[in-house]
Formats: sequence, structure tokens, C-alpha cells
Amino acid sequence: MFGEEQATRLLWRAGFGPAPGQAAELVKLGLHGAVESLTRPKSKRLVGPNPVVDGGPLAPRDAWGHDHLWWLDRMVRTQAPLVERMTLVWHDWFATSKSVVPQKLMLRQNALLRRHALGNFEKLAVEVTKDPAMLLWLNGTSNSRWDVNENYARELQELFCLGAGRGYSERDVRQLARALTGFRNDWTDSGPTRFRFDKKFHDRGAKRIYGRRGKYGWQEAVRLVTRHRRHPEFMVTKLWGYFIPTKPSAKTTKKLARLYVASERDVRPLLEAILTHPDLYDPAKRMVKPPVVQVAGMLRAVGRGIDTPAWAWLCDSAGQYLFMPPNVSGWDDSRWLDTATFRARWQIAQHICEPARLDGEKGDTAPSDPAELVNRAASFWGSPKLSAPVRAGLERYAADTMATADKPWKASSYPVLAENALRMLIATSPEYLTS
Amino acid sequence: MKNTCCTEHARASAGLPAIEAGMPEPAGTGLSRRSFLLRSAGLGLAVYGAGRIAQLPAFEAGVAHAQAAPAQTVLLSVFLDGGVDNLSLLAPVEDPIYRRLRPNLAIREGRAFAEDSRLAWHPAASSLADLHAEGKVSVLPAVGYTDADQSHFTSRHFWEVGALDPHLRTGWLGRVLDRVGSPDNPLQGISLDGQLAPSLATARNPVAAVDKPEDVGFWTPGAWGPAEELAVPAFTGIGRSLLGSGDPAVAQAARAAAFAGGVRDALAPLGIDGKPTYVPAAAYPQDKDPFPRRLAGFAAMLAAGLPIRAAAIRAPGAWDTHANQADVLPKNLKLTFDSLLAFQRDIEARGLADRVLTLVWSEFGRRAAENGSGTDHGAAGVGFLVGARASGRMIGEFPGLGKLDKEGNLRATSDFRGLYGAICGDWFGVDPAAVLPGSGIGKPVILK
Repeated sequence: MFGEEQATRLLWRAGFGPAPGQAAELVKLGLHGAVESLTRPKSKRLVGPNPVVDGGPLAPRDAWGHDHLWWLDRMVRTQAPLVERMTLVWHDWFATSKSVVPQKLMLRQNALLRRHALGNFEKLAVEVTKDPAMLLWLNGTSNSRWDVNENYARELQELFCLGAGRGYSERDVRQLARALTGFRNDWTDSGPTRFRFDKKFHDRGAKRIYGRRGKYGWQEAVRLVTRHRRHPEFMVTKLWGYFIPTKPSAKTTKKLARLYVASERDVRPLLEAILTHPDLYDPAKRMVKPPVVQVAGMLRAVGRGIDTPAWAWLCDSAGQYLFMPPNVSGWDDSRWLDTATFRARWQIAQHICEPARLDGEKGDTAPSDPAELVNRAASFWGSPKLSAPVRAGLERYAADTMATADKPWKASSYPVLAENALRMLIATSPEYLTS
Repeated sequence: MKNTCCTEHARASAGLPAIEAGMPEPAGTGLSRRSFLLRSAGLGLAVYGAGRIAQLPAFEAGVAHAQAAPAQTVLLSVFLDGGVDNLSLLAPVEDPIYRRLRPNLAIREGRAFAEDSRLAWHPAASSLADLHAEGKVSVLPAVGYTDADQSHFTSRHFWEVGALDPHLRTGWLGRVLDRVGSPDNPLQGISLDGQLAPSLATARNPVAAVDKPEDVGFWTPGAWGPAEELAVPAFTGIGRSLLGSGDPAVAQAARAAAFAGGVRDALAPLGIDGKPTYVPAAAYPQDKDPFPRRLAGFAAMLAAGLPIRAAAIRAPGAWDTHANQADVLPKNLKLTFDSLLAFQRDIEARGLADRVLTLVWSEFGRRAAENGSGTDHGAAGVGFLVGARASGRMIGEFPGLGKLDKEGNLRATSDFRGLYGAICGDWFGVDPAAVLPGSGIGKPVILK
């Protein structure tokens, strides 16, 4: 069964939610056709109005926060949503932060992640290892044959490729760090520059890694990790976790791992297998929408582009400021919502609803029947499916509000006010905050 | 960078009673001003709710009830995220091994640590040295656990959950709150930096997160009067109706919705239009980092009588100093401990010092040998228990650099689970065995 409900979920999980009418279009392609339209996009162009903030274009390399807005704009306007979504996955996976790295190098890394979004993981891991942002972030250019710095070697295994303590020892961390020595950069008044591999700085001696001995260089070192026998299982379960909240069965894991190895560590076949898996469409397995995903999705739903810098601090308050993950393990997807970040989602909804609000004095009208009011308000967000308890709560709100209308002028003006509030209540309901 | 539109807060507080300096206690009611204000807020909403919004008064009752109890002890947990370099913070300055292992980064001199003549305070941590001289700091010079895990995330997880168990999902303070707290008071456990701290994760009772205590309103564009007033009770009610959802994602969203409105009501007296109405009772460092402001807000929350038992916050800056340690570490030490000194002075001036204990911790210490410009992950680290009632005596001893473990790291002489056990029993009055799995570890003396 692949109906609008399933298509809507696919678009939220593998992209940034449906634009009006998009879910219905996707249904016509059937499940496999729909997934292929995402994994093999025909166009990567951006459609719709260019972002305009404070009367001008964005300056993503220079202005604080404009990097966030620049990427958010791509999420809103892309015709290849899975490419952007996977770029976000890699940003979380190889989490690098501008708390240390200059913004323009973050953007350079972002382009790298996008180039490999649906490509080959091993190539991506090799490229990320020599990426200037990563070299700064995990001290790759502080790692020399004289002063071995373990930072990248540890996280390459623990966070990026194998999982904590899975198939490597502290000795492997130190030996792998030796194999990764040799990167350098210079420092100028305007920041770090001339990132390069300098073999004079590389430890050319023999290393013993995973029980094997050799004079490993840095690329061999990365491939030792990506070809470690424990890597495929880590890879498929971690990738699965971005799309489906419950763990894959042992059988599924094994099947996916075989698929991954057979394709020589390509990501696209894995994505196609995950996105067509029935677990993704299980109504009882919802996921909290990451803040930027929700914001991009709301803008898509109402057909609005980036026209305010507010999205940077709003997403920050909600816990997801792009290019600044909390640490090298990325954002914690299990804790998006609490009383503070709930309020941030409310503020996000305010910034969508405020310019579009209904105004009785300008002739806007609304029905007074609670159920009709709820339906009208839901249509603002593309009529998402609402569960019985949420609908009951919304209708109770509408009825309570109308019950206070003890004068004819109130009875005629309150429905519009209630519809405005209902748009907010729907956007912050447990249903809309999850997909 | 963060700013908010002011009209929304004006609107959000429209239904709440005005708070004016010098407002008298509500005579004859037997209620503190705090609970009086809460009741007023609930009342304003109940008028429109025609008696059908039982949800909010329930919360209000929960908070009021918790407030009516005698003033209770509070633990503030301050996390130095990334692994603070213990061998810089309390440095064995004269030790030749230290100078050999740290040719670039060895601390050369500092105020002597009175409890162990081998050690000296980092000059940037002089605020902490001041508090120690006043007998208000118990130092754990080598705290950790045997065979320390050198992963940030694994080791931090162990400290957050209070056990060497990678699968435990509740925090050690969360389990304390499940025992000493109540099902309708989210303020009992509060994260002060806008996102739920894992150590506060409970199984049953609600907890809260606050970004800025003076900025907690819910403005509803295009709605006013009852249409706006009823919006908060509406999302509260929807949240409550889904608290028992079997889907963890829905349950998480439901918890946030169910308690966010209550947090707004409780904190309403602390700010108007996003501007604080409280005045700190001590001078905090002026910094763009929100840490000192958040501590000032926390002191004001305690002074307002809010029923808080545990709070958590991350210290400013990055402590994972693999490189450039000499530049980064002093700044972070100074801001962190200057702020904590101000907080201590603040609660002392407000007469709250006997009720508050501050735990300063990090997931591990750093490698004894430097790597050139920084230090890699180590094992045993340093921890502190700060407060007027802290014993002020060292817990465990400094093991010296002569007998490092096989990876060149400091060995632990105290176990964080023993420390937690003592806090459970002596500070919260809960049986440590009920909170900490396998808590047979010796418990140090932590109080005077």
C-alpha cells in the first residue's frame, strides 16, 4: 500500500516534507518509482525565488548565520530533496563545527558532502580525511610524526566507521594516528591556508593495525577502517537509524550489509533498500522531525522562500544550528523536544503564521463550527492527518473559545481568531512535530 | 545573535497579573507570594475555560504543593564537556616527570593547594582556589573508574547515567527525581541551557529545560482574548492526552507540550518582554557566553521559591584540548570559575547557600604526556563539590605521575559512583541502592 499517507511520510523522512500536491504526484509512481525519483533525481536545480534577507542577497561565506540560511534555502527549493537530506546526514555523521572552523571552509566541506551525497562511502571517508575543515576540527594538521595527535584516528573508528569499542583497541587508535600523520597547513592573518600532505611530516615507519603490520600511508589507513569486517554492520544500522526509529532485524542487517559490500560500499543501493522497507511506513513508528527539516517543510507547505534572517536563531533555539553541531557525534536525534525546544517550535510556527494570519477587519471569515474550523486550519499546513486525541483537543479548544462569545460581535469575530490559533496548535501538536 | 520580537512577550504575559516591586504578601491567605501568583495566573485562564481546563490547575497544584513543603536541598550539576585537563587545573608544578611529559604545556607556578603540597591551582582558576580557602570546595583530584573508556561519548554516558552501563536510558539525577519528585512538577529537574541534560532524564516524573528564564511566553499571532488565552491550556491538554503514547516520538512531543505552559506560568515573575525583572545579588562576569547569566537566572529561580531539586548546565567553551591548549584552556577556566564564584556569592547573599551544592565534573582527564600543542584523552580526571555545606576536604588523593597506567594515564583514587552514592544518601535522603545499580562502592564523606 503506497497512498498519500505513505508518500507524505517518505517525503518527510527522505526530504523536507511535501509541497502542495507533491504527495499525490508521488503516489502515481508507486513505491519503487517514488523512491527512485528521490535516489535518481532528474534535476538538481533550485526552483522558486532567490533568498532575500534585509533587502539583499545572502553572504554565506562571510555573514554569521547566512551559511545556515543559504543551506536552508537549498532544502526549501531543491528538486533533489534526498541529495540535500543526505548532505545533512553526512554533516551529522562527520559532524564538524564552525566553532573552530572558518565559515568558508565549512561551506567547502558542505560541497564535498553534497558531491558524495548518494555516492560511495569509502571515497567520501577518504575525501573527508583530507578536507580542510575536518583537518582543523579533529586536529589532522596537528598530527605529525613527532607529535602524534589521536583525535581523528579515534573518531574515524568510533563515530564514523566502526562504533565505540567495536573491533579496535587503544593500541589501534595510536597506530592508526601514526599512519594518518603528514597533513599541514599555514596560518595567515586571515586564517588557516595551504592545506596539504607533506611526506616529511609523515611517519613512514611500520605500524601494527588490527593485527596486521605495514608501512601504511593515510589513504591505506582509511581503507583499513572502511574494509574492517565490523564496518558494514555499523554502516547499515547507522544509516538506517536516520530514516527508521527502530533497529533493523538481524536478518535485514545482514542482507543490507551484503548489499553494501557487493556494491563496493555504495550508498544508493542501501538507501533504496531502506526507503522501500515496510518498517519505514509503519504508522506506529514515528520520528521527531529535526528542526531544520521541519522549518524547510513548513516553508515548502506554504510556498514561502527565505525572506528573514530569523530562521538562524529560531533553528538554534530549537536545537539545530547548521554548521554548528553540539559535538563531533552530531545532534542527538533522541532528544529534540523538551519544554524549551517546544517553545522554539512554537516560535517557528509564529514566524510562518504571522505574515499569513487571517484578519477579520480585512474581510477574512471563518466557520464557527469547531470541526470545520479545525479542518480549515489544518488545510493551511496541507491537511496533515490528525489522530483522534489531537483532533478532540483541537475541537475542544474551538468549542471553548466560541463558548465565551457572549455578544454578537464576539460570535462573528472569534472564529477568525480561533482559526489563527488553531494553525499554531496544529503545527505544535505531537502529530505535526513527528512524521 | 539571538533576539526575539518583543510584542509576543507583551502579549504572552497579558493574562498574568502585574508583578511590582514591593508587592505585599497576600495577607491572611497562608500562601507565599509565589503560589499566590501561580493561582492568579490559573484563575485568569479558568474564567475563559468555563471549568473545562482542569489541566493547568493540576500543574499549578503540583508546583504549589511542592513549594509548600519545607525548603529542600538542591544539586547543580556543571559539566565540563570534552574532558578538562586535570593536570593543568591542579598541576604538580615541581614534579620533574610532569615537566618532562609536558615540555610546552606544564603549568610553572600557581597558588599552592593547601591539602597537597605537590599541587598548585591553575592561575586562571583562582576563584575556585578562593572558595577552597574558605572551606567550601571538596576536591576529587583523581576521580573516575577502573579501566576508563577513552571515548567522550561512552565515558560521558557512564557519568550521566551513574553506571558503567551503555544501555541505561535514565540519568542518575533523573532516578533521584523519580523518587523524591512528583508527577506534576516539571521544575524539580531543570536544564538551564535550553536542552534536556541526559543526567536529568527520568522514567516517570516530568523535568524541564529553559533557555532564558525571563523569556518563556507563547504569543499566538492573530488571536487575542479567549482565543489566545485558551491556546496554552489547549496544547497542554493535547500533550496530556498523549503522555501515555506507546510511540516514543509521540510521547516525547506530548511531554514537552504538556509541561511547557506550566513552566511559563512558574517563571512568569522572572521577566517581562524577555527582559529580566530579577536583580542578581552578586556581580557576575560580563561575557557573550550565556553561562554567567544562566547561573544568575538560576539563583533568582531559587530565590523565587520555585520547587527545584536538581539542575544541570554545561560550562562554557570547549574542553577537548587536543591542540592550542595554552590559548584555550585559561579563558574557559576563568569564565567558568569566576561565574561559579559569583553564583556562590549570589546564593550566600540570598540566604540560600545551605541548600545548594554544586557538582563540577568532566567525562575524563587528559593524557599525562602532551602531544605538542595539546593533550589527548586520558583516564582519571578532576571533580569538585562546591557549597557552604561541602566538607571542604579532599576525596581520594593525587596518585602522582610515577605510576601511570599502561596507557600513560592517571589512575583513579575515587569513583564517581561512590560520590553519587554519597549525594543520594546525604544530600537527597534517598537510598543509593535504589538509584545506583550495584552501588557497593565506598561512599566518601561529602558534607561538613
